Amino acid sequence: MSQQEIDQLVDQDYKYGFVTDIESDTLPPGLNEDVIREISTRKGEPEWLLEWRLEAYAKWLQMTPPEWAHLEYPPIDFQSISYFSAPKKQGDGPKSLDEVDPALIETYNKLGIPLEEQKMLAGVAVDAVFDSVSVVTTFKEKLHEAGVVFCPLSEAVHSHPELVKKFLGSVVPQNDNYYAALNSAVFSDGSFVYIPKGVRCPMELSTYFRINQQNTGQFERTLIVAEEGSYVSYLEGCTAPQRDENQLHAAVVELVAETDAEIKYSTVQNWFAGDDEGKGGIYNFVTKRGECRGDRAKISWTQLETGSAITWKYPSCVLKGADSVGEFYSVAVAGKKQQADTGTKMIHIGPRTRSTIISKGISTARGQNAYRGLVKVLPGAVDARNFTQCDSLLIGDQCGAHTFPYVEAEEPSAQLEHEATTSKVSDDQLFYLRTRGMSEEDALNMVVNGFCKEVFQKLPMEFAVEAEALLGITLEGAVG
Amino acid sequence: MLSIRNLHARVGDKPILKGINLEINAGEVHAIMGPNGSGKSTLSSVLAGRDDYEVTDGEVIYMGQNLLDLEPEERAWAGVFLSFQYPVEIPGVKNIYLLKAALNAVREHRGLPELKAGEFLKLVREKLKVMQMDEAFLHRNVNEGFSGGEKKRNEILQMQLLEPTLALLDETDSGLDVDALRVVGEGINRMRAPDRSVLLVTHYQRLLDIVKPDFVHVLAHGEIKLSGDHTLAEKLEREGYEGIEAA
Repeated sequence: MSQQEIDQLVDQDYKYGFVTDIESDTLPPGLNEDVIREISTRKGEPEWLLEWRLEAYAKWLQMTPPEWAHLEYPPIDFQSISYFSAPKKQGDGPKSLDEVDPALIETYNKLGIPLEEQKMLAGVAVDAVFDSVSVVTTFKEKLHEAGVVFCPLSEAVHSHPELVKKFLGSVVPQNDNYYAALNSAVFSDGSFVYIPKGVRCPMELSTYFRINQQNTGQFERTLIVAEEGSYVSYLEGCTAPQRDENQLHAAVVELVAETDAEIKYSTVQNWFAGDDEGKGGIYNFVTKRGECRGDRAKISWTQLETGSAITWKYPSCVLKGADSVGEFYSVAVAGKKQQADTGTKMIHIGPRTRSTIISKGISTARGQNAYRGLVKVLPGAVDARNFTQCDSLLIGDQCGAHTFPYVEAEEPSAQLEHEATTSKVSDDQLFYLRTRGMSEEDALNMVVNGFCKEVFQKLPMEFAVEAEALLGITLEGAVG
Repeated sequence: MLSIRNLHARVGDKPILKGINLEINAGEVHAIMGPNGSGKSTLSSVLAGRDDYEVTDGEVIYMGQNLLDLEPEERAWAGVFLSFQYPVEIPGVKNIYLLKAALNAVREHRGLPELKAGEFLKLVREKLKVMQMDEAFLHRNVNEGFSGGEKKRNEILQMQLLEPTLALLDETDSGLDVDALRVVGEGINRMRAPDRSVLLVTHYQRLLDIVKPDFVHVLAHGEIKLSGDHTLAEKLEREGYEGIEAA
């Protein structure tokens, strides 16, 4: 199979590159204290939150962008970005689907996000984030009965200020890193989830992020708190319209799992990847971290990263509680001229803490895919265990796969295992499957899906189906 | 059914097939024998559509169409099946998934409806029994960690499911112990039918004791040097290829 043929197969058009024509209320580009005050005012925030933002901004000004990643891109001009955009007619936010702008609903329908009947029957509550304001939240009532709070963060600031105040920034501090500091200063909206003690969240919670406006950055911030003995599964999907400019996305996700609590966080990221020459596309600089604060707490990150021009993302687990568990299952695809530097950090603090890392990197066309992971075992994390498996798949001969595993073990009883492989989709494999009647495209999909299977199996069934729609590839095994 | 005329093929600058002529009629089993490097496997690969080989001259007419114009999958749809000498591993893909996808792809192009899960399972169980294979096979990854014999059984299992019109069996007997050889050989025999032809590429005569060919051809230096009935295979077993190669 020639490189050109492979490129054609892999390089399917970005299906979600349409722009929704909605009047937006957008701040002019630029960042200074006044802009932050304006954001806070427009959102009607309490004084303490404005102070928190300004504090973060002051810290950000002292920081410099990280340069250690295996990524190449021109310096970002933070003054050319607009830091707030909201669909105009929203006012206080709609109370039901009827109040949502039909153009928005149409957008979601094009994305295949069933906000309506079918989804309700399926039992998924969706909190859709369109640019910066969360436009619709379904299923609030049912969740309310269970005592679960699932709402835009901007709303939680008013409805549950004590919780937001207690947990915001408690996992990812304002000055954690350059992009987290920026997010803390200008974050627009995001989801807030609170699962009370002993409650098993009655449905999968799902949020879709979508960047619509030109020149806007999206800075959503998600906070999930699972109290003692509770359980929640949270799904996040992302898309963005096709634009020539690069757009910045700097999100922060914080998870808190108390004693015996479990949080399962799944992501399908399909931001616009830019064109074949690397023009346009999302710069995705995301900080995701979860803390297992109590004993036997468990946090799982499952991600499928197919989009963005640049991905800089390391969903991590801080394992404080004894016997707590952290998991990271990832498929990252870098095609076109995409660059991905992604992985995880597992910080073992408590005794008998366990972590598993399964990372699958797929590189094709001129994509560059780097796995970067840290397994750190602090003194006192007696009998901590980690298993890391890091596999790379190359399609064609112009792409690259890189692995940067870091291990810092300061506890002699810790047991750490690391396995890594790099393989190519071989002509033999494709020919074999084609002689069995599979088209070239189906043959490639079959090989790639086989490679990803361990990770896809970890996605909730609901999401596996949506992942299929978003990717346009068949998820072998995981859905059937 | 299959008419190979003056077929020339090469890899890079190296000519491998230098004018093959062969007629295979419906219902016939032809064995291609020959020493290592004679071009036996190249012939079956070219017929199945492997693009490592460049056809420089000649033509292959299969059921009235020019076979060489078709993509590998189109040949499969048209009823051509290649059993690989070295079946390929597909990590993470369950055998049952491949079998089902392959069968349905071929059925679709023959205008048949997709088999329902229940029907498929019934059919595949039947074939497993013939090949004396355990059902656990279905849930292992395609050829991954299979022994040599298991891989070959798996190939013949696929053939049984896909019911090709023209089966190309490339050294299906290599790597088999006596018992497996019998199972595989009988699996092939069961497929013999008036409307199905088999081209059996082999180095040894032992498979031909079980699968009696109608014709035996000896390939050497990219040409068919000698043709005959099954007694030719026995003669070769006794006397070796030396005399023929020199011819």
